[in-house]
Amino acid sequence: MQLPPALHARLSAGPAATEPLPVQRDPAAGAAPFRFAARRVRFPREHEFFEDGDVQRHLYLQDVLTQVAGPPERPRVPEFTCQVAGCCQVFDVLEAYEHHYHALHRNVCSFCKRAFPSGHLLDTHILEWHDSLFQILAERQDMYQCLVEGCTEKFKTSKDRKDHLVRRHLYPADFRFDKPKKSSGCGHRSPSTSRSPGPPAALQELAGALGEGSLPLEGEDMEVCSEHTAPPAEPRGERRTHGHRIPSTICFGQGAARGFKSTKKRNKQQ
Amino acid sequence: MWSQRHGRLRPVGCGVEELRRRRREREAALRKARREQQLVSKRLLRDDAPEEADGGCVAPILGETEIQQFLRLSQRGTEEKERERALVTLRRGLQHPETQQTFIGLEGSMRTLVGLLTSNQALLQLEAARCLHELSHSEQSVVAEACLPATSYLLTYVSGHSSDLIELCLYTLGNLIVESEAVRRQLLPQGIVPALAACIQSPHLTVLEALGYALSQLLQAKEAPEKIIPSTSAGSSVLGSTLPQHMLQLLQPGPKLNPGVAVEFAWCLHYIICSQVNNALLITHGALSTLGLLLLDLAGAVQRSEDAGLELLVCPVLRCLSNLLTEAVVEAVGGQMQLRDERVVAALFILLQFFLQKQPSLLPEGLWLLNNLTANSPIFCTSLLSLDLIEPLLQLLPVSNVVSVLVLTVLCNVAEKGPAYCQHLWPGPLLPSLLETLAFSDTEVVGQSLELLQLLFLYRPEAAQDFLQQSGLQALERHEEEAQLQDRVHALQQTALHG
Repeated sequence: MQLPPALHARLSAGPAATEPLPVQRDPAAGAAPFRFAARRVRFPREHEFFEDGDVQRHLYLQDVLTQVAGPPERPRVPEFTCQVAGCCQVFDVLEAYEHHYHALHRNVCSFCKRAFPSGHLLDTHILEWHDSLFQILAERQDMYQCLVEGCTEKFKTSKDRKDHLVRRHLYPADFRFDKPKKSSGCGHRSPSTSRSPGPPAALQELAGALGEGSLPLEGEDMEVCSEHTAPPAEPRGERRTHGHRIPSTICFGQGAARGFKSTKKRNKQQ
Repeated sequence: MWSQRHGRLRPVGCGVEELRRRRREREAALRKARREQQLVSKRLLRDDAPEEADGGCVAPILGETEIQQFLRLSQRGTEEKERERALVTLRRGLQHPETQQTFIGLEGSMRTLVGLLTSNQALLQLEAARCLHELSHSEQSVVAEACLPATSYLLTYVSGHSSDLIELCLYTLGNLIVESEAVRRQLLPQGIVPALAACIQSPHLTVLEALGYALSQLLQAKEAPEKIIPSTSAGSSVLGSTLPQHMLQLLQPGPKLNPGVAVEFAWCLHYIICSQVNNALLITHGALSTLGLLLLDLAGAVQRSEDAGLELLVCPVLRCLSNLLTEAVVEAVGGQMQLRDERVVAALFILLQFFLQKQPSLLPEGLWLLNNLTANSPIFCTSLLSLDLIEPLLQLLPVSNVVSVLVLTVLCNVAEKGPAYCQHLWPGPLLPSLLETLAFSDTEVVGQSLELLQLLFLYRPEAAQDFLQQSGLQALERHEEEAQLQDRVHALQQTALHG
């Protein structure tokens, strides 16, 4: 297909609309037995006209999105340490650091040092856990905000909110990032209040895992944070021992800034 | 962007012939699936089937005990590295359908995986997300649907900040979305649209591309025109969100335009527009001018030979423009609403030439846009003439019957505007070309040629004389018996002979 040479230049030149030639129609045009009428055509999504283009699109998808095979080649940099106080994780690939930072340090509550997956959940946590005004207001109006972004509903209690999450938003009943704050301080473990329904066996299994990897604090329940659900049946005694056994100077590289604060401080946060 | 991905993910050790054969097979399967779309087929949309594991990085198929072992190690290993390794091994094993089946059959396995996904161990999180991703694009419904308990968490992380994790979650969600309407019925109330709307503001290109993919899958769903796109539907919908504005921003031409990202959002836009829900809204957001400028940009890229894979982006852009031009609001007089820039015509021809070389099956789509541009527009018809584009257009006639009909239709668009236009059509190469198309056997091609001749004879009577002299009558005669053509043939014979 030979294009006039001036065409390419035309493209680079500025916008312009040529003065159109005068239009002058004769009623005989397109009159029977002829039928032509100039008209714009639209095709709906299912139309076979789109078949070729659609097939090409899907071939592209298949070629590209076979597998997110694993970490892509990432250039290495000289080793460096995470700059967050108390975290001594070392990195030699920037993207790994980025993920580490975002997972563990980014949305961290400055009061209790818990890490959250998103700013939204962090904000909700701070409001519901560390804002004394919240508790007061909550007695008079619906303060518990739905956790789903875009949903503006508020509720009187966190249980009501959970019910809403389950019924309206089809969230799992044991959504890990929605555990109610324990009203009582440490030492009180009321299995009925802050438990989520679920097969105890599975929870036990998880509990075991969590006991090792995370930093259990005394009398602490795993509430709105990105740590695992707390097991209902893990004996308190075991945890306490755990807490004492690990010296505070050892860093697990996971929000260790939380440290092992004394329980006194914890008690203040009701 | 594209070539990087292609390079990374092509199967190693496959000969060129083998690749071609696979491609042909897949293409045939896709065509069949698309045709069956008329019959409502779920399978159609799951075109994210994984490549068969080739000789390259093969992990052994894992059995029940091994899976349990690796899961336990990931959870409870004493050393971080050990836990990671265990999970990586599991993830590799999950590339096999057999391992996937075994995995989902194990009680508590998904729960454990979700636990690892939501753990505070950054690397375990990523590996767990990769495991989920493997499961998500299984061809087996039961495997992909086993991921459903994880969706609320995937959405939570999409609102997070780690671009690696977000990217993974988005591709996984995209795979799950096309699985079935049941999955979408869960994802929509879980807030997938607001999550995507928030995420589209990310500066990371990899995230944006993944988001575009997930969104395009959502918009392709059969129920999308009723349940996902319209802004009147309960909860959040695509048109009710800020997604359209951001999509258009990501399609703005310029140095920041990323082809991989643009492809995804162009397809998103196409699915929205061809659903005919509320295109006027898109036009008020400047869709016509953005897409028009993008078209110019793409033609420029073709001119500079930076056109690798460009047809993947050009195709949806053409479709969007063509469909948008049919909106009533475009007819309204008011500079911005209408495309007036004649460079669009120049760009389109450059792209038509490009299609002719690279992807002739897309020529009809390009010509469809040309029809919609010229049908009611004296400006663009004049451009065709002043830019000397009639002859190049005629050169497309032999490509195929569909293309011929479209070319002739465009020419009719020009001719029907009257004598001033037909003056430029004859004398010239048009009449000889028409005499050739009259020799075609396809009724539609011949029929459209007859229409064009009528217009030409009406507005340029001298052309009729020329026609006679070039044995036009004989060319007409061969169609005298054809039911669909006879009346018009006779009418033309009369006109030519008697004026």
